[in-house]
Amino acid sequence: MKTTDSEIQLYIHIPFCKRKCAYCDFLSAPATFSQMESYMDALRKEISLRKGEAAGKRLRSVYIGGGTPSYLLSEQIERTMDLVQQEYPVQPNTEVTIEVNPGMVNEAKAKAYARCGINRISMGLQETHDELLAHLGRIHTYHKFLESYTLCRKAGFDNINIDLMCGIPGQSLEMWEETLTRVLRLRTPHLSCYGLIIEEGTPFYELYGEDEERRERGEEPLHLPSEELERSMYAMTGQMLREAGYHHYEISNYAKEGFESVHNNGYWQRYPYIGCGLGASSLVGEERWDNPREMEDYITPLSEGHLPDVEKRALSVKEQMEEFMFLGLRRMEGVYISDFTENFGRDSEVIYGDVMARLREEGLLEKKEGRIFLTGKGIDVSNYVFSEFLIDSV
Amino acid sequence: MDQSHIRNFCIIAHIDHGKSTLADRIIEMTGTLTHREMQDQVLDNMDLERERGITIKSQAVRIIYTDKNGEEYIFNLIDTPGHVDFNYEVSRALAACDGAILVVDAAQGVEAQTLANVYLAMEHDLEILPVINKIDLPSADPDRVAEEIEDVIGIDASNAPRVSAKTGENMDQVLEAIVNALPAPTGDPNKPLKALIFDSLYDSYRGVIVFMRIMEGTVKAGDRIRMMATGTEADVVEVGYFGAGRFIPCDELPAGMVGYLTASLKNVSDTRVGDTVTLADNPCDEALPGYKKARSMVFCGIYPADSAKYPELRDALEKLQLNDAALTFEPETSAALGFGFRCGFLGLLHLDVVQERLEREYGLDLVTTAPGVVYRIYKTDGTVMELTNPSNMPDPSEIDYMEEPVVDAEIMVNSEFIGAIMDLCQERRGTYVSMDYIEENRAVLKYVMPLNEIIYDFFDALKSRSRGYASLDYEMKGYVRQDLVRLDILVNHEIVDALSFIVPASTAYDRGRKLCERLKEEIPRHLFEIPIQAAVGGKIIARETVKAMRKDVLAKCYGGDISRKRKLLEKQKEGKKKMRQVGNVSIPQEAFMAVLKLDTDK
Repeated sequence: MKTTDSEIQLYIHIPFCKRKCAYCDFLSAPATFSQMESYMDALRKEISLRKGEAAGKRLRSVYIGGGTPSYLLSEQIERTMDLVQQEYPVQPNTEVTIEVNPGMVNEAKAKAYARCGINRISMGLQETHDELLAHLGRIHTYHKFLESYTLCRKAGFDNINIDLMCGIPGQSLEMWEETLTRVLRLRTPHLSCYGLIIEEGTPFYELYGEDEERRERGEEPLHLPSEELERSMYAMTGQMLREAGYHHYEISNYAKEGFESVHNNGYWQRYPYIGCGLGASSLVGEERWDNPREMEDYITPLSEGHLPDVEKRALSVKEQMEEFMFLGLRRMEGVYISDFTENFGRDSEVIYGDVMARLREEGLLEKKEGRIFLTGKGIDVSNYVFSEFLIDSV
Repeated sequence: MDQSHIRNFCIIAHIDHGKSTLADRIIEMTGTLTHREMQDQVLDNMDLERERGITIKSQAVRIIYTDKNGEEYIFNLIDTPGHVDFNYEVSRALAACDGAILVVDAAQGVEAQTLANVYLAMEHDLEILPVINKIDLPSADPDRVAEEIEDVIGIDASNAPRVSAKTGENMDQVLEAIVNALPAPTGDPNKPLKALIFDSLYDSYRGVIVFMRIMEGTVKAGDRIRMMATGTEADVVEVGYFGAGRFIPCDELPAGMVGYLTASLKNVSDTRVGDTVTLADNPCDEALPGYKKARSMVFCGIYPADSAKYPELRDALEKLQLNDAALTFEPETSAALGFGFRCGFLGLLHLDVVQERLEREYGLDLVTTAPGVVYRIYKTDGTVMELTNPSNMPDPSEIDYMEEPVVDAEIMVNSEFIGAIMDLCQERRGTYVSMDYIEENRAVLKYVMPLNEIIYDFFDALKSRSRGYASLDYEMKGYVRQDLVRLDILVNHEIVDALSFIVPASTAYDRGRKLCERLKEEIPRHLFEIPIQAAVGGKIIARETVKAMRKDVLAKCYGGDISRKRKLLEKQKEGKKKMRQVGNVSIPQEAFMAVLKLDTDK
């Protein structure tokens, strides 16, 4: 019996935003009021139709992400949450998060979120320098963020995450330090610090795609921060946050004791999850599937009362083992060797002995107290480490 | 049918003047094929040829034409390859003909290859029938082009059919002109057999199929034949002629005819192009002139990307060789690449074609090392060795001196480009011999060039510096003494044998530096710094460094979309799988060809 089998998580996707950010490649776009209305009707239908997947399980977490969920009228969120409460076994200790965009929330909304059982807020601040925010295409300023943050706190939210981003063109080490200093003053219990990724198909790709290639080849980029600067930013983040009492628990995530994100940890530890909404992904019973990414393909079947067609892919044991490693190693704690044996009935040494020995020799992996985890150097080149855990099919 | 009703001819043209289209149209109009059966280009039936737009193996087709007076004629149309690597094959194909249709573009007029091809045809005493093609083009100027043909080439073009092979306009005039302007073959069908092999093909059921032109005598099934150069004897199983895309058996092939024979021959190398077929018990007194043994001029190492595929590679090479007598190979081992073959080719295009056929027809993933020529090494102990693989070069202390092969190169070029082409020849270590004006604004430049300089991208450079006007013809001249050294490449302090090559001592520094720069771009970053060094005789002459990879992009959380993350990781891993491990460095396959690209980009 797997440790993760008795619990499940629920993800709810809101694919709308006021304006698309220049670097964003998530499934999200501006929409009209009526488009949002009909989407939310379909979404609620799906939430009801999928409740069977959660039967007999404890609900670990609910996460309303996007897009910009706070772009919706609060009434839409309330109706959706009421339905979740009614159809799923939400308990007082179930983590319920909503993503909030600074400037897109007011007192009434914040209070409504608290009223309908949401107990955690994640705010996408990214940076505190307005010129960088403008360049990213964010619609808010630092000042606007402070307003939004304050009213969420006043509405009773203590568990607030703030998303930050380093590696932005034009961002100096000093600016990043200032942003961290400013945010630390808020003493919020959770911080996510990502590096900017230049994704294909975004306006940033047009601007910086070539520069990114230069950087990958090991040449000095013209606009993007150099690898060395990025490493310094990352190192500074770790150091400042640790000194301020945060615990580095996942590659990009830091939390005060007891405030690690239950929902995100669940992804890395392979707890089952149901994803509702446009393009949302699910993992249930070692099967993965993704909802349609086209609005019409998603809404039409649901408005007719049935689930959209999805292609369910049963994961082979090989794939499960690979995921176990490359997801589990994202957590600083790493993976417990005993968990591997328990999950797969096989010794990890048999499967990954060679790889682990080599990576330890290269100084990328460490083994201690029955678990293996990334070293500082391993974090820097985590994708390389993870890819080594893919098993060659013969 | 008697000889007066046979016409054996080929079509010659500058590239893109519409040779294949004209051939298609002739075949279509003579009715051996219905319109529906027509493929786009009937004569080019290998996929590869169609894609590259070149004709590799010459082929023939027999068609029936009924003229205006209701008389039936047999046309044997022989297709010729168009590249300098295959010059010898071209000359044999021409020798099988009595006449040639010269296609000239009505807009572009006479161009470099037009002239080169005409002269080649004239050397074989072929009657030339000029045809002005593409009159449908808005820029067509057939009057000017006709004048140009008379002025430049010196043949009468007053009656040259003016056609559009594309639309079919005036094509009937071409067919009539073939009957009236091209000569019928001669040759006595009762004399001892004398037939010219102009091509051959391996068929897994029938063995080698020999393509030939009967000059004298007659051949039929049951005859015992002998190849005069190779001495191979065999009993003829079948004779026949070429339908469009298939073989049609017949009772006998008399003098004047073009056709094929099969005789349970197992190996194409027994039936060399240019050889003479005669009867074993009633031989002709002398072979046809001009036979040359195919000789490998360019060598390179070919290795399977996946070393487990070595047996498959050997099988594929053996099969290709059945069809391609000019291809040679023998096993060799490389520390960097494992087990593979040292292969010999007629030239760089031949190499390219073989490599592509191996990859395409046999599904092999290959690593090819830089091509080189055959060097002669005179050792201090008085012995001479031929060097085809740079790794086998003896210690310099054992070498008295070395020689490299040189060719007599003839470049035909318009006067405005003479300066540019002379510069090019100079850069490629050419020795000027002569320059003759063949007309007011066209000259033939003669140079003695090291073959090694020609096999890389000389042909491309020639075309680009003359805007396509220069044409090249070359012939092996022999060997000359040269101060040569082996340039070694060290990656992370280890010599990569597959990257070693022979260069003149005077260019070693320059080559080494360029190659290091190029390799720096090809080799991906590793977790550690990788020095790339060029060395001659253990002395480092150039160095570049591939910086260590210090950091991935900080991975973002994709929510539950794990499949996307997996794809990213798979891509990363896949890239690595396609590389060769040399020590602890992964080298991409392309890097082994980097030597080739030294002169192209910059």
